[in-house]
Amino acid sequence: MNIHEYQAKKILREYGVNILNGEYISSIDEVEKKVRNIESEFAVIKAQIHAGGRGKAGGVKLVKSVTEALAISKELFGKKLITKQTGIEGTLVRQLYIEEACDIDKEFYLSMVLERNSGKVAFVFSLEGGMDIEKVAEKYPEKIFTLTIDPTLGIMDYQKREVIEFFELPIESQKDMCITLDGIYKCYLEKDCHMIEINPLVLTKDKELVALDVKMGFDDNALYKHPEIEKLRDIFEENPKEVKAAEFGLAYIALDGSIGCMVNGAGLAMATMDSIKYAGGNPANFLDVGGSATAKNVSNAFRIILSDTKVKGIFVNIFGGIMKCDTIAKGIVEATETIKPNVPIVVRLEGTNEDEGKEILKSSELNIYTADSMDLGSKLIVNLSKTGRY
Amino acid sequence: MGIWVNKETKVIVQGITGTTARYHTMQMLEYGTKIVAGVSPNKKITTVEGVPVFSSMKNAVKETGATVSIIYVPAAFAADAIIEAVDAEMEIVICITEHIPVLDMVRVKHYIKDKRTRLIGPNCPGIITSGDCKIGIMPGHIHKRGNIGIVSRSGTLTYEAVSVVSKAGLGQSTAVGIGGDSINGTNFIDVLEAFNKDEDTHAVILIGEIGGSEEEKAAQWIKANMKKPVVGFIGGKTAPEGKRMGHAGAIVSGGIGTAESKIRIMKSNGIRMANTISDLVPILQETL
Repeated sequence: MNIHEYQAKKILREYGVNILNGEYISSIDEVEKKVRNIESEFAVIKAQIHAGGRGKAGGVKLVKSVTEALAISKELFGKKLITKQTGIEGTLVRQLYIEEACDIDKEFYLSMVLERNSGKVAFVFSLEGGMDIEKVAEKYPEKIFTLTIDPTLGIMDYQKREVIEFFELPIESQKDMCITLDGIYKCYLEKDCHMIEINPLVLTKDKELVALDVKMGFDDNALYKHPEIEKLRDIFEENPKEVKAAEFGLAYIALDGSIGCMVNGAGLAMATMDSIKYAGGNPANFLDVGGSATAKNVSNAFRIILSDTKVKGIFVNIFGGIMKCDTIAKGIVEATETIKPNVPIVVRLEGTNEDEGKEILKSSELNIYTADSMDLGSKLIVNLSKTGRY
Repeated sequence: MGIWVNKETKVIVQGITGTTARYHTMQMLEYGTKIVAGVSPNKKITTVEGVPVFSSMKNAVKETGATVSIIYVPAAFAADAIIEAVDAEMEIVICITEHIPVLDMVRVKHYIKDKRTRLIGPNCPGIITSGDCKIGIMPGHIHKRGNIGIVSRSGTLTYEAVSVVSKAGLGQSTAVGIGGDSINGTNFIDVLEAFNKDEDTHAVILIGEIGGSEEEKAAQWIKANMKKPVVGFIGGKTAPEGKRMGHAGAIVSGGIGTAESKIRIMKSNGIRMANTISDLVPILQETL
């Protein structure tokens, strides 16, 4: 789960990280009052959306007066920002953040993530503040410094000295750096973060170290420990079909293609998407119904798949291990009878009670096709959806 | 023979009183697995499926001499269960539980690194030596005794691979699911090393997926050490970047962990790659 910049900044401030004074703005009526709380001569208005790349898309603007702030806010509220992360549909700006401006001397990059290779948490630093870390890694790998933290020792003093040396920080900012590192590490552990990214982390002309932009994501599996974080969820930032699927306990991810699929197991669901592609089609989604799908689960899954108007066919691919094929077949029949999809359906059932399952589908007299393997099923559904004859 | 578990392996089920654990205890017993004890903090239940239930791993081990445990406890308590099994000096701990907080696993991984216990999983289907011993949640009946070793990050994809291998009349020595999380215990190389030494394993199927770089590391290890043919498959070629595909560990981030790069590196290290699961068999037959 990700949160907005203004929320992340509020959390980091509690951990001692330097954050400029700022105000959250939820509607145009609040702009004037909130702008007056900003004491600096200049201020920055920032559209609050989860996607990165806001600056380039016109979502971050410098303002010099209340009048200008009002004009910019009017322009931003309700605007669809299209960044490289939002896709062509863009994301609607529904909230703003106004922050003091500062005089920047240098820009750095700092993040904390899980390092899969070592199984530990690590800091990543870069000298190219403001630039995507992936790009830096590709173009100037020598400008990146990684610091792996031992889970029992925490950050060692020598490691802090290494960071200070890497950034060539002046003496006045060194203590700030140590506080920032400690704060971020503590926050990462206490809040079960998945990622904290400060880009840029700036050194001001007054030698202050400031987190100018912050992104924060949390481990979904640990949210049960943090109800206060769960409250920060902004479902408008998430795909509505994915939100609905999560309510039903289904793992669903919307994609661009036209073949909907319903599969048990994440690995098999990915392989099914690949198999559809291999057969000449494009998957419309990833959907894992889980290990114990019921008739209700199946109809919920069908409804979500079909709410995507691009879908021209559904492929149900089930390897019944624990899940019994006859149970799932009953679910498919029930769902098809009630929802009456007007697209072809291909079902592949294998495993426990497979013959009984196939018999249920056959005797239902519904227009449901069956296939004997994943690859045959993919070919069939791609074919049916292309020709439109079924 | 197969690897790590066999007919003689004595197994404890941690969290045996839960619904899923009860069902699988019954399934494992039916398969012939020696389930000798269960552990549960629920003191009212003394047996499950005829298996005695103990209050702690320490007591269960003392009474039964078991060397392997399997964990079905809920995610919030799974890290504790793993450490309890490690402290009870299990040789192998298999953790089925899904959705364990990743920082819990950071601590577990660090704790067990110098211990004698091998952790398999979490978020995995378990391990099965065909015909001898099933410790996990996989459907036993699709497995057939044979000489193909299978190692995979995914549960249902393992079943797919097992099924095509069985149908082709080949059969499996042992199938190991190492799990779909970002941090797990046993990795591909650990399993490959064991298959390399196992007389009953003549060839290996390695099933990977997007995210991380374990497949790449395994590919290099295979080139340098593996004496037996390995056929590979990678899931998630059509997965978009930055999205977690069901498994916590199945995510391409910052261009790292794509299916394309894994397939390219595996091929360049001499591993034959199947485009689809059904292609695994013809390739295997050519290599044997």
